Amino acid sequence: MVKVDYKLIDEILGRYDYDKGNIIAIMQAVQEEYRYLPQAALEYIAEKIGVSMAKIFGVATFYENFSMDAKGKYVIKVCRGTACHVRKSANVLEAVYEATGLNEDKPSTEDGLFTVEIVSCLGACGLAPVVVVNDEVHSKMTPEKAQALISELKEKEDVR
Amino acid sequence: MRTKLNNRAEFQAVQAKYEAIHNSANRKILVCCGNGCVSSGSLKLYEEMKNAVEAAGLKCVVELMEEPEKDAVNVKKTGCIGFCEMGPLVKIEPEGWLYTKVQISDIPEIIESTIRNGEFVSRLAYRNAGILAKKQSEIPFYNKQTRRMLNYCGSIDCESIEDYIGVGGYSAAVKALFDMTPEQVVNEVTESGIRGRGGAGFPTGKKWAQVAANKAADVKYIVCNGDEGDPGAFMDGSTMEGTPHKVIEGMIIAGIGCEAEEAYIYVRAEYPLSVSRLGMAIEQATEMGLLGDNILGSGKNFHIHINQGAGAFVCGEGSAMTNSIEGNRGMPRAKLYHQVDVGLYGKPTCLNNVETFANVPDIINHGAAWFKSVGTEGSTGTKAFALTGNVNNTGIIEVPMGITLREVVVGIGGGIKNYQDFKAVQIGGPSGGCLTYEHLDLPLDFDSLKSVGAIIGSGGLVVMDENTCMVDTARFFMNFICKESCGKCTPCREGTTRMKQILENICDGEGTMEDLDELEEIARMMEKSSLCGLGKTAANPVLSTLANFRKEYEEHINEKQCRAGVCQKLSQKVYAINAATCIGCTKCARNCPVEAITGEIKTPHVIDASKCIKCGTCMEGCPAGAIYIENGRKGNVKY
Repeated sequence: MVKVDYKLIDEILGRYDYDKGNIIAIMQAVQEEYRYLPQAALEYIAEKIGVSMAKIFGVATFYENFSMDAKGKYVIKVCRGTACHVRKSANVLEAVYEATGLNEDKPSTEDGLFTVEIVSCLGACGLAPVVVVNDEVHSKMTPEKAQALISELKEKEDVR
Repeated sequence: MRTKLNNRAEFQAVQAKYEAIHNSANRKILVCCGNGCVSSGSLKLYEEMKNAVEAAGLKCVVELMEEPEKDAVNVKKTGCIGFCEMGPLVKIEPEGWLYTKVQISDIPEIIESTIRNGEFVSRLAYRNAGILAKKQSEIPFYNKQTRRMLNYCGSIDCESIEDYIGVGGYSAAVKALFDMTPEQVVNEVTESGIRGRGGAGFPTGKKWAQVAANKAADVKYIVCNGDEGDPGAFMDGSTMEGTPHKVIEGMIIAGIGCEAEEAYIYVRAEYPLSVSRLGMAIEQATEMGLLGDNILGSGKNFHIHINQGAGAFVCGEGSAMTNSIEGNRGMPRAKLYHQVDVGLYGKPTCLNNVETFANVPDIINHGAAWFKSVGTEGSTGTKAFALTGNVNNTGIIEVPMGITLREVVVGIGGGIKNYQDFKAVQIGGPSGGCLTYEHLDLPLDFDSLKSVGAIIGSGGLVVMDENTCMVDTARFFMNFICKESCGKCTPCREGTTRMKQILENICDGEGTMEDLDELEEIARMMEKSSLCGLGKTAANPVLSTLANFRKEYEEHINEKQCRAGVCQKLSQKVYAINAATCIGCTKCARNCPVEAITGEIKTPHVIDASKCIKCGTCMEGCPAGAIYIENGRKGNVKY
């Protein structure tokens, strides 16, 4: 559970004029800071912009990008769009799950290192299959390359 | 810091200045910085290129601000040149040469041979089937296209308003501002016959006229749909990143025609590069006084805001998008009244796709007749497609409406990858259908495709070869749609869930023939009673594959067979290793996820069929091409 910096939330709210119409942009800014949406932050926002917690919760849970759970240091997005699917990204996903010990019901490792997400299209279809780690795009992925990538990250973090 | 232009004369003076600079004979190195090439490292390539030019003692010019010195070399980031398969791409002007798969290690040779000595580096040329192409125009992938909307991608700096003005940019907006009435603007667009490029194909001029007709409204909005959620489609992304000023200029013209002063561009969250390039472009245009209050002293105001999506496919639907912009859950509403009358914040709203707006400046500059001169009578102009999947040449293409599927897949796409057989083309994303062998000579336009149960959609064309299971494809789309359904209406929420369950059963070998009837019944129900387009068209991939590939469904159900070998629970192909060609490198054994392969180093390996999960990893990685599939299918193919 991260400690929320309310001054920072105030700064974000100020940037968006405390306007409830900007709720999505506000949440995006908060998530960029903490890598997820801490409940304490949402409650504070609800109070400050005059919106019910139900509404905030509704918006936060509707959109795929928002997460109410802390994400790992490396967020690995595997594209499962049509073009990537046709070029066998399912195998890449399986390799990623195996290398990280994760699955669809368990998207993040306990040590806070990896989160694996499935995305429906990243828009780099010409280079399918595509995997994005944080903001770095890796193209023409294969199960082997995926395993190598994750090994490399583990080594960097000195993890077995 | 850019100078604000206060009137038309100042704009024209600046335009003349930049035009002269653009046309100067200085050499230009244009590095493709579209999403695809960027993910292959083209931003680093651009930086290294700049450094190398300077290190070679040559004057390197990055921004088009001042008169360049003789022999100065322009190094620019350009928009998506389109040939993603061959990236990173680098273009050399004034020769028009195109270098493919350029790496940082190639830079010294490019500087020495091309920049210093004016020589072409053959090693970096596109070559195929006996052709070695020096210029972009010599490559079949390009010379069969008609790049109008995307014409500046590859020739100017995508991050420079000066470059854009130098090739005539913003002159259409200026013409519309000073030389035309709003009615004339709308008429020109109507005359051109352009239809919405987002997929619905609604006549754009008609939409603008409907918004314009709301004279009493105190405020009206222009909204640009940059949500591009169709998996496999990235034309709009390439347009927003590669030629953002065209989109902005088109929106300004819409603002003039519809008499609107506020605009939003809704960009999906997965496109950060589009967001940043559009943001940069809006800032530059505002600095120069081409956006904001009292543009060039005309008295007209126009402001553009960017809204980012947050990962919801349904937000590509018009009313869901406006809901999202208002800060709500992106759920659609019933079409009791249309956006053109009651849209964003309850005001008349003109909502168009990115590509539609990007076509508008050319229509105003060159006229409706010019626009109509390509395409068909019912579908005028060109269309951008994202050609992807099992085809040799993947990338973004722009072709005249009415071009045949064969010309696209074979002529431009170069045919199927790895010498496999063509099976189908999925067109129109999750709302679309598939086109098969018998449709290869069908013209691609709004109306011809309807007659065979398909739609152009936003322009995503995914080519599928014989190793694709059409039942799995239907399941894939239904899985996607079910996840993206907003849940508001029962037909879609429950219908997609049930269809997904049925398709999963069929793929797992537990389907029955009655399931096929149930799929069709649910499809009919969803089409008639879903609240929005997502639900209404969700069953299209299923219906289309059922119509064209019914036999495959029946094989899955009655014979528990998946002829493409994709559905892993069904008995199908057996992977085997040819002992005669196996070199015993152990690569397959090491990579097998279930340790089904055994063998000593330098001796032939063996696959245990009882453990094999048929993932194909061994075959894909075998350097000797020794792994093949039994059961009478084609033999091994070296990838």
